[in-house]
Amino acid sequence: MSIEIRSAPHIKGTRSVEQIMRHVVWSLLPVCAFFVFQYGLSALLSLLVVTVSCLLTERFFVRQGGQSGDIGDFSAIITGLLLALSLPPGFPLWMGAVAGIVAIALGKALFGGIGFNVFNPALIGRAFVQAAFPQAIATYTPSFMPGRFYEFIPSSMTIPLMQPVSVVEWLQARQFDALAGATPLAKWKFEGVLANADDLLTSLSGHMAVGPSPVLILVCGAYLAFRRFLDWRIPAAILGSAGLTAWMLFALNDVRFPNPFFMLFSGGLILGAVYMATDMATSPVTPKGMWVYGALIGLLTVIIRYYSGLPEGVMYAILIANAATPLIEKITQPTPFGKGVLSNLGRQKKGASYPLHSGYISREDAGAVTPKKRFLFNKPKHPPKE
Amino acid sequence: MNQTSAQTWDEFMEGIWRQNPLFVMVLGLCPALAVTVSAVNALSMGLATTFVLTCSCVLVSLLRKLIPKEVRIATYIVIIATFVTVVDYLIQAISLALYDALGAFIQLIVVNCIILGRAEAHASKNPLLPTLINALGMSAGFTLGLLALGSVREILGAGAFFGVALFGPDFQPWVVMVLPPGGFFVLGAWLLIFAAIARRKQKKLAEITQNA
Repeated sequence: MSIEIRSAPHIKGTRSVEQIMRHVVWSLLPVCAFFVFQYGLSALLSLLVVTVSCLLTERFFVRQGGQSGDIGDFSAIITGLLLALSLPPGFPLWMGAVAGIVAIALGKALFGGIGFNVFNPALIGRAFVQAAFPQAIATYTPSFMPGRFYEFIPSSMTIPLMQPVSVVEWLQARQFDALAGATPLAKWKFEGVLANADDLLTSLSGHMAVGPSPVLILVCGAYLAFRRFLDWRIPAAILGSAGLTAWMLFALNDVRFPNPFFMLFSGGLILGAVYMATDMATSPVTPKGMWVYGALIGLLTVIIRYYSGLPEGVMYAILIANAATPLIEKITQPTPFGKGVLSNLGRQKKGASYPLHSGYISREDAGAVTPKKRFLFNKPKHPPKE
Repeated sequence: MNQTSAQTWDEFMEGIWRQNPLFVMVLGLCPALAVTVSAVNALSMGLATTFVLTCSCVLVSLLRKLIPKEVRIATYIVIIATFVTVVDYLIQAISLALYDALGAFIQLIVVNCIILGRAEAHASKNPLLPTLINALGMSAGFTLGLLALGSVREILGAGAFFGVALFGPDFQPWVVMVLPPGGFFVLGAWLLIFAAIARRKQKKLAEITQNA
């Protein structure tokens, strides 16, 4: 009989990366379908173009850079779909393609491919186009336009490198004013108009330019969380912290600040909380760390929405929290069994304490002698010259 | 081509390719990121640096036996600062608009580490001719680097090249390209391309030696 000796982990799950990613894509399909139902052909084409540009970029870099993974693992599809869902439906297609290329090239391939990225690739792509084309990304068109399945939103079909075609006349021809396309958040920020709950949740009653439906995203996210494809702690922490912060501010001054319900269900907070912040490579793995990470995102989102010039802050909040992830993981390391404060009570501490380092732990546990930390008091200040 | 001229050519090309100050040594990033918003700015910055670098390296090389070792850095700085003052007034006299566009970065050529580095590492140890060749090569490399940055940023950020509109009035400018992040993006992209080329060359070289 042979005994195999090796280090942890000893229990291995049967799930592969490809399987997890495929499930996330499936769960995104209803969200995408409703998005297309809201905005028609333009949204469909936007989803396709962004995803295809992500896939092509991924294929190029995997071939060129010899990185692991390929387009078969579905991760680039997730990036593309999320990116397209976070962009306005009438976003010029060439800009969408640029966003997709930047997302994969800058956000993922340069860091070493799948699993090595520090930031969520979809958000990197969106942040780039937000910085490059601030006007176009703020131009939303109303949802449920008549005839949306037969014609494109004119700005979609912009010639590459050219300015987006104006949608003002197109809207006027359909008896909409130019402001009908503002998002609920922009409406609140710049005009002080609060949207109704049913508008925010489904947008079925009016033409408000809400993004993908929050209710549908929550349902699909609940499925993923139930199947353990994402950790429920992160969305819970984000929504909890954003809701709590918004509620406290609302309690302080209910004229200036909107109610917490509006804060939670407007803009991209739900999409960000459920699908973007839970990206496995860029969120903490420690349970405590997930709460800290989520709380940070929620707090930052509300702060950016209330106190900055931008109407929406989810993207930057998640990117900042992604950058903080390694630090959060470091300070929230779980205590190994038998190493807690209580277990040390009444027990004499032997030897020096060492940082949480696998080499030291296993030797101590095996009862081996660890080298003592020694201080040389009589050490000469200046080493003798040779 | 005899051997000396081949060597000279090699020395000149070193600054442009193998030891390119911007893309290989990654020096002089302050002007490279700050003033390369347009190709004109980049080119004039490059030419100003070329003048200062060449003149001060020549002077340092001529004076190399007279400069006491203990105060050499201070001496180099004085020499460089003299030429920077000349360039400063020169640009001001030629074009005030350009002077305003380049701003403090003309005066900051004094602290450009390419110049001090060349003076310390090359000019102070070599006679006039090699110093001149090396300085010219380095400044050509730096100017080309700045131009590479400036062209991309101007084409994407303003749809123009040396002020000539390329795409007509409907061009959508990439706002980020004329902002500081654009400088980092473009510099990073060029560094990436250079690194990829260098790696490919190394691979080929390794293959050749393996086969031989």
